[in-house]
Amino acid sequence: MGRFEIRWHGRGGMGAVTAAELTAMAAVKAGYYAVAFPEFGAERRGAPVKAYTRIDEEPIYEKTPIEEPDAVVVLDSSMVGQEAVLHGLKSSGWYIANTAKDPEEIRRIIGRDDVKVATVNATKLAMEVFKAPIVNTAMIGALVAATGIVPLEKVEEAVRDRFPERYVGPNIKLLRQAYESVRVVV
Amino acid sequence: MAGKKKLPLSGNTAIAYAAKAADVDVISAYPITPQTTIVEKLAEFVANGELNAEVIHVESEHSALSAAVGASAAGARVFTASSSQGIALMYEIMFIASSMRLPIVMAMATRALSAPINIWNDHGDFMAASDTGWVMMMAHTNQEAHDDVILAYKIAEHPDVLLPVITAIDGYFMSHTIEPVEPIEREEALKFIPKKVTWRVLDPDNPVTMGPLGTPEWYYEFKRQQHEAMKKAREVFDEATKEFEKTFGRNYEPVEYFMMDDAEYALVAMGSVAGNVKAYIVREARKRGIKLGLIRVKLFRPFPAEEIAEVISNLKAVGVIDRALAFGSSYGGPLYGDTLSAAYIRGIDTPIVNFVAGLGGRPVTFHDIKTMVDATLALDGKTRKDVPKEPYFIGVRE
Amino acid sequence: MTAQLPGWKSLPPGAVITRPGSTVEYKTHDWRTLRPVIDQERCIRCRLCWLYCPEGTIIELDKPYTTKAGRKYTRTYEINYDYCKGCGICAQECPAKAIKMIEEVR
Repeated sequence: MGRFEIRWHGRGGMGAVTAAELTAMAAVKAGYYAVAFPEFGAERRGAPVKAYTRIDEEPIYEKTPIEEPDAVVVLDSSMVGQEAVLHGLKSSGWYIANTAKDPEEIRRIIGRDDVKVATVNATKLAMEVFKAPIVNTAMIGALVAATGIVPLEKVEEAVRDRFPERYVGPNIKLLRQAYESVRVVV
Repeated sequence: MAGKKKLPLSGNTAIAYAAKAADVDVISAYPITPQTTIVEKLAEFVANGELNAEVIHVESEHSALSAAVGASAAGARVFTASSSQGIALMYEIMFIASSMRLPIVMAMATRALSAPINIWNDHGDFMAASDTGWVMMMAHTNQEAHDDVILAYKIAEHPDVLLPVITAIDGYFMSHTIEPVEPIEREEALKFIPKKVTWRVLDPDNPVTMGPLGTPEWYYEFKRQQHEAMKKAREVFDEATKEFEKTFGRNYEPVEYFMMDDAEYALVAMGSVAGNVKAYIVREARKRGIKLGLIRVKLFRPFPAEEIAEVISNLKAVGVIDRALAFGSSYGGPLYGDTLSAAYIRGIDTPIVNFVAGLGGRPVTFHDIKTMVDATLALDGKTRKDVPKEPYFIGVRE
Repeated sequence: MTAQLPGWKSLPPGAVITRPGSTVEYKTHDWRTLRPVIDQERCIRCRLCWLYCPEGTIIELDKPYTTKAGRKYTRTYEINYDYCKGCGICAQECPAKAIKMIEEVR
């Protein structure tokens, strides 16, 4: 596998930082080295938020922001297509978006034929489960379904570790639904 | 110790877990970014009954450390944490804690000092503490940050030392970054650092006076004692890390050498930037055939001058990365100052050059490290007389 | 004098004073430039000097005193000149103006 670097884009309150951490936790459970960190600043609800997950088979030494991600995950549908989200995304990397649109249309919007696209309507799924647009676990479901970077059950273990009892069931339900409903164009 | 459970912890949480394992009696602190979540987590441990400690809420960092001094003088195992302006506000009491020889442990999530206001990382606050008489360590992984707190109590409470200890991590780059950490459990920790009051405390049955007036006939003798205690701290650090390795299986040295066995050049660094240098060495320099290594200073006070000088004496050129500036000094960056004196006082002629980088949270990138490596390599065949008299300011706009 | 004081190796760490009450050995009379003197004739034994003295150097004695006018007191107030620093608070506060600050001659 080598190294796999993920950049998460959302808005304060959507859980981008938690998504980055859960993915790192799952990767560690799967036997990899992994680190997760937010873009450092004064976090506040509604503001654009970036978070990072770095996964490797070898120890990870550097503590630098990810400039050339293997995957970007867009938690907020209004950010799909933004310049900042595409920045540095590797050729043949993954663009994973929360949107009702199909992946071909997203690829046209972002104008990058060289990247793979996965879409999931995470907001709709989250509204059904939580009655609130908390989409982070859904987006992890989409990420692991599309990329296969970490097995789904390791993410489920991480969810069980991370959340209080009463949130575990709904989050795992959402995770699985997103995992199964992701649409991909490569 | 292999096969133990690793948890994904931020640097701050890793430190809080360690303070819990050390079974601290008193936590006296004031919130400040990026340290806040350390004491927040500890307050949570106390609130939910996982830790039986007194959390003292204070109105400032000056009071936080004052209360810590009082609690330590009463015989409590005391923990506090701060950053940046908080450290600056503690400054007066930091000298008092060390001269009263109270074994307080303080975690520091390093952050730039104002002005302009900046909540991001550099070593300005850490370096400002370098003459306060505290033993000072800086970690570069979250596991090390966790382990340092346990080591810190071992050193601080040793009867030959009795000095407060700072265990530092880089704000954000470590404090808010999640890494796998194998936490030490309380029972194991307390076998390594048993709770025993090794220092003179306030006790109504055996009254003493603490913090008296020290007239010119007396003051100097106590400063001479502190100098000696620092030297002892080094001996105790070496014993403690040996015992730590035996107990927990992880080895720490005052200086970490990375790829130094066959190195011809080295960068000297502290904290998270040392990780970036390691990555550069593995992923770039060695692939290009450059025999580059890293000298990572873990123990900053007392400064491990002897071993740093020795390793430098075998090299062709050395670069020192500072994330702070000693304005108006004869050298530039504070780590450079210590490294230079360590080497040149022993007559070592290796050229040593200074790089100031990453102030106020500016990332130190691969490109920056390449610039520094190139400038270091350019000193091949030169002597200390050829070293630029001004630091290289890396990554600053002209 | 300094030569007889203990060296750094034998002093307790942190300047802790381990013997309670050792301050009595530290006489502070030479800080004084003015010396308070109580006029026992004028003193009305109100005890205010005893109360105000920041150093506790006013001594209350069970020592009878009869003034020239025939007034009898059971107590007398005197000053411990080993520790009095000559601050003059007693003279300032004395309602009978019975304490005078006079020049210290050594």
